[in-house]
Amino acid sequence: MAKTTKAAKNTKAFSVQKLKEQYAALKADTQFANDRKRWQSNGKGFLIGLLKFLLIVGVSYVILGPVLGIITSSFFSNADNYNPMVYMIPQEPTLERYSLASGYLDYWKTVSNSLIYSVTLMLIQVFICSMVGYGFARYKFPLKNLFFGLVVVMIVIPTHTIMLPLYMTFANFDVLGIISLIKGAPVNILTTPIPVYIMTVFGCGLRSGLYIYIFNQFFRGLPKEIEEAAFVDGAGTWYTYFRIMLVNAMPSVITVAIFSMVWQYNDTFYGKLFLISDDLIISKKIAGLTANISTNEKIYDPAILQLYLDAGIVLVMLPVVIIYVVLQKYFIEGVERSGIVG
Amino acid sequence: MKKKKRKMTLTRKRAITGYLFIMPWLIGFLWFYARSLFMTVQFSLNVLEVKPGGGYTLTFAGLDNFIYAFRAHASFKQILTTSVANMLIDVPLITFFSLFMALLLNKKFRGRTLVRAIFFLPVILNSEAITDAMDLARSMMSGGMSNAAAEVAEAASSGVSIEYYIQMFGSLGLPMGIIEYIMGAVQRISEIINASGVQIIIFIAALQSIPGSMYEVAKIEGATGYETFWKVTFPMVMPHIITNVVYTVVDSFADSDVVELAYNTAFTYNNYGLSSVMSLVSTVITCLILVIVCRFIQKRAFYYN
Repeated sequence: MAKTTKAAKNTKAFSVQKLKEQYAALKADTQFANDRKRWQSNGKGFLIGLLKFLLIVGVSYVILGPVLGIITSSFFSNADNYNPMVYMIPQEPTLERYSLASGYLDYWKTVSNSLIYSVTLMLIQVFICSMVGYGFARYKFPLKNLFFGLVVVMIVIPTHTIMLPLYMTFANFDVLGIISLIKGAPVNILTTPIPVYIMTVFGCGLRSGLYIYIFNQFFRGLPKEIEEAAFVDGAGTWYTYFRIMLVNAMPSVITVAIFSMVWQYNDTFYGKLFLISDDLIISKKIAGLTANISTNEKIYDPAILQLYLDAGIVLVMLPVVIIYVVLQKYFIEGVERSGIVG
Repeated sequence: MKKKKRKMTLTRKRAITGYLFIMPWLIGFLWFYARSLFMTVQFSLNVLEVKPGGGYTLTFAGLDNFIYAFRAHASFKQILTTSVANMLIDVPLITFFSLFMALLLNKKFRGRTLVRAIFFLPVILNSEAITDAMDLARSMMSGGMSNAAAEVAEAASSGVSIEYYIQMFGSLGLPMGIIEYIMGAVQRISEIINASGVQIIIFIAALQSIPGSMYEVAKIEGATGYETFWKVTFPMVMPHIITNVVYTVVDSFADSDVVELAYNTAFTYNNYGLSSVMSLVSTVITCLILVIVCRFIQKRAFYYN
């Protein structure tokens, strides 16, 4: 109201007078004052809510749109794909893409292999990184700050900087000359997943630095009294760490577990670098799917091949999405309480 | 032996236990990271030849690899500059977008769990193969390749074109640089949204760690929502902006074209020395950017503890 009076002042004087009178009358009218105020604030709240809603829907669309596109187009038949009238909803849905894609991916075998691979690595990651994080959080020792600085360096330096030396290290693998002593020459353990396991066991796996950091932050936030009580009750160092601290650190354990499992499942960098067999890593195998189908099934239209790839991608995404949906609640709560932030 | 053990002070004992706890990582770091970094530097100064039976020989070449990368290589400089430029454009956009979204998602509203689940979906689906397919699906969604050409033609004939609006903003007196930046941001909106999952998580965690009493005080003192944001929320999340910037920079470099180029140079063309140079140069640039940005933000950051 006040704004309208100001604006009107500049244009016509008589209307200003009139408006002022009206405004004063409205203000003096106490009968519906509460209602008016409520409408005003309700209207404001509604507009802001609408804006937020639109924004969230828009952003969600940007995220979900391609996913939905992939899912629907994986059901398209050839006719649907060539028909410009078909959008999102196929007229003659077919499961042929899935049967062929899962056949070429050797789906059940590959996916269980890959899940075993990533779950094993996840367990190692959680165990090692929590241990290292705990060591950094609770113990004082010389050079501690320097070492923790090195953890940060590990996070910051991209893995690709050291990919060549890693390749060389594992192509001629030897531990302090012991293997040469037994076998006569360093062994080549590329093409097997052993290099990834070794690196993870020694706290240098995929994004281990980040996990160490998360655990360190969380353990630092836990009260010292818990450990002291355990110590007084006669628990040893390991017992305290395993049975008391790790249990208390459940939120960050869940966070790290989900992150490391999913990222490991999706990772192709180490798979490519160490030439690990496609049968072990499904996210690597999917890359060759279209080429395989093209040569064996004599399908040369890239648009049709794309449909097979879509079906394959849905198959690859499925386990991760299921895990995510099931653990989603714990994950987000865990992230909030896990002290990702200091 | 027993006597010696008894003499050990508690501090020393605890120090040794501490070392035992970090031992696996320490060995791993020295074995894989420290050694590898040293080897990368070494490779970059040498010509590396792989021997047929395994193993390799190094021939010292001085700075030849560096000189080749910068003076003679067809695309290295160009790819490096585009990667760095893309990163510099993306980092502020991602940071502010994720802060904004975190503010939005931090409030309680119906369906919050669902919305959060959707927003963190890109974190779960960040596989290379999936991302590639997504990009294609995205372009199909917006009309596909054949349709895109038709749309452009149509727009040109009906006289409604983006160019016109850009010119309009230009003639309003907005500097061309800003317009181009905004246009770039709009064009990569989906990439920005998809790249900010982890950052949103970090910011939400940061927002939840702000003590509620601060907002109470602000409210009692009569601060508006706008003032509260700039005087309370923003300073409190400032330190986490550094975390996010570091994460964004590292993440965007990890899947940039430079990495691809370095990988191909090493494993397709077997030019290990040159590949090391590329890796080293890009890493040094990343670290420099990180140091500069962190210094810049740290000066303005406020630490609660």
